Formats: sequence, C-alpha cells, structure tokens
Amino acid sequence: MAESKSVKTIMNGIWRDHPVFSMLLGICSALAVSNKIENAIAMGAGVTFVLLATGIIVSLLRKIIPRQVRMIVYMITIASFVIIVDRVLKAYFPEISDSIGPYVGLIITNCIIMGRAEGFYVANNLGQSFLDALSNGFAYTYTLVAVAAVRELLGFGTLLGFTVMPESMPRWVVMSMAPGAFFVLGTLIWITKTISGQTED
Amino acid sequence: MGLNLVMIFVAAVLTENAAFTYLLGMCPFISLSKSLRTASGMGAAVIFVITLTAIINWPIYHLILVPLNSELIYYIVFIIVIAGTVQLVEMIMEKFFPVLQAAFGIFLPLITVNCTVLAVSLFMVIKEYSYLQSVIYAFGIAVGWIIAIVIVAAINEKLELVGAMPKGMKGPGIIMVIAGILALSFLGFSGMV
Repeated sequence: MAESKSVKTIMNGIWRDHPVFSMLLGICSALAVSNKIENAIAMGAGVTFVLLATGIIVSLLRKIIPRQVRMIVYMITIASFVIIVDRVLKAYFPEISDSIGPYVGLIITNCIIMGRAEGFYVANNLGQSFLDALSNGFAYTYTLVAVAAVRELLGFGTLLGFTVMPESMPRWVVMSMAPGAFFVLGTLIWITKTISGQTED
Repeated sequence: MGLNLVMIFVAAVLTENAAFTYLLGMCPFISLSKSLRTASGMGAAVIFVITLTAIINWPIYHLILVPLNSELIYYIVFIIVIAGTVQLVEMIMEKFFPVLQAAFGIFLPLITVNCTVLAVSLFMVIKEYSYLQSVIYAFGIAVGWIIAIVIVAAINEKLELVGAMPKGMKGPGIIMVIAGILALSFLGFSGMV
C-alpha cells in the first residue's frame, strides 16, 4: 500500500500532473533559460534543490505553521534556499551565473515550488514530500533540457557546447532568442497533450 | 535628463518588453489571456503593484541594505515587501474603493507570484538606476507587459471563432505560438533605443 502510494506520487510528478505541461507552472524560467543545455541543467538542478529543501522544511513544520501566515513562511523558506543556490552558482559556475543571472532570483516566484508547498507538502509526511519534490524537480529538469536541446541544436548547432551540426547548416538565430522559446515549448505542449489526451474543450 | 527618462520608458515598453524579450510573468499570461476583460483587469492591477513596489524597494535597498552591508538578503526583503504591498493594497481597496476592488480585486493575490514584479526590483538593482529612473523603468515594464497580454488575449478571443485547430494545440499551445509570432514582431523594435 505504502509502496503503491509512493509509486503514484512519483508517476504523478513526472508525467500525469507534469508541472510544466499539464499544470502550466514555472513557464517563465522554462522559456527564459532554455537557450543552452548547460543553463537548463543548472536551472533544473537549482529548482530541484529548492523544491527538496522546501519540501523537507514545510512537511516537517506543517503542524506548527499557523494557517494564516503560511504563505509568508513558504516565501521566506524558498527565498533563503534560493540565496544559497545563487551563491553556489556565483562561486563555482561563474559563466552560467552570468548568463542566467537574474533568473536564479526568480526561482522564488517559480509557481512550481509555491504550488507544491501549498498543494502537497502541507498535507503529506516527509517521505512522500521528498519523493514528490524529487519527481517534480526531475520532470521540470527534463522538460527544460528537452526545450534547450532543440534550441541549442538549431540556434548554435551544438549540444552541450560540442558542435554537432555541419558548418554548412545555417544557424537559426531566432531559436536562441525569445520567439524560439515560445515556438519550441508551444510545440512540446502540443505533442504531450496529444499523447496524454488531456485536451481542453 | 528628461530625454534619458523617456528613453528608459520607451526601452522598457518596446525593446525590452517584459513578456516578449525577458519572458517574464508567463504563468498568469497563459492562464489569463483567454479573455480580453480579465487580461486588462490583471494588467491594471500589475501596473499599480509593480510601480508601487519599485517605489518602496529602491529606498530599502539603497538606504538600508547597502549601508548595512546586507545586500545578500535582498531576495528575502524584496519578496516580503511585495507580498506585504499586495496585502496592503488589497486591504485599502476593500475599505475605500469597493468598486475598484470588485473590478480587479481577484487578481491581486496572484500578483505576488507574478515574476515580473520581483524581476523589476532585481533588474533595477543590476542596472544601477537612480530612484527616478527605477520608478519610470518599473512603470514602463508594467505597461509593456499589459500591452503584451492584451494583444495576445484579443487575438486568442478571435481564435475561438476558428473551428479547425488540432485538439492538443488548443489552450496553452496556441497561446505560446501566438506569443512567439508577436515576439518576432517585437524584435523589429530592437535597436530603436
């Protein structure tokens, strides 16, 4: 029973209630930092870390936090861990930090974390929250990497910095800019909605 | 000086459009751009809150955090100010402007998680704007964002009349594509300022 619940939690996170495709959360950063795979991985790792930390703290403190001030408590928890992510990126990966700079701070307003805290961690124990955070973080990361792979391949002709497309292929500069992000994510949503059958009437 | 402010405003509205260049505030963008009415209601609330938080956050950062060498915690401070401002605005409106409250009150709580608001505060620190410049910049970004969401909502409303569309494309998918095409056209403004 316990195991089947855990499996359900994981499956909900990585596919059925996919944070980006079906809940449409965290779109801003999914669009903004997905021009290169390395940025996408850094952002995905950052969000996963903050999700895990918030999940642990909120699920442990869920009986102590008064309902009226819970939003503020979430915000402060999230913001504190985002500061850690920001510092670590600045210290160890200065180049990535330069290119995704302000968007790291915007993890605070990434609705995935707020949404999971309010919708799941506050009502579930540590183990389940941990699994949920892990699967949602993973789902978010692979989505970002998928969008980034298409954009980097077409926009720069590279994958993770290695040139894969022949020099003769013209680079689709637009893919590395904002419009490309919209087109690729729009198409991905189209594909996943068609596969999963969760269409809007 | 005056020209500089005009440039900042025009740049914030057109060439650095929050939605189409920086891809900010996308969550409400996708969910609210289904009807023109909700889009403009949300837009009005956003203009108000963004400008107000810039007015409050700038002095806090430059007059309190910098002298105390505590720039490190500015994420926490900014987000608390934003959440507090939204709460305060809601209370004031409830008490003194019930008509206004009825018109865009429901959008106010959502604004806390609209990343445009936090982004404006972060950008004004990174760009090292003066007080006046920051306020103009914040106002411009907000106007740019409302223009973007209203255009997309208007197009999306007309699309309702079109029957033939792949099922999976309906809703968020098509909004993304519309936004993409509009973002392309907004690229035309680059280099103007």
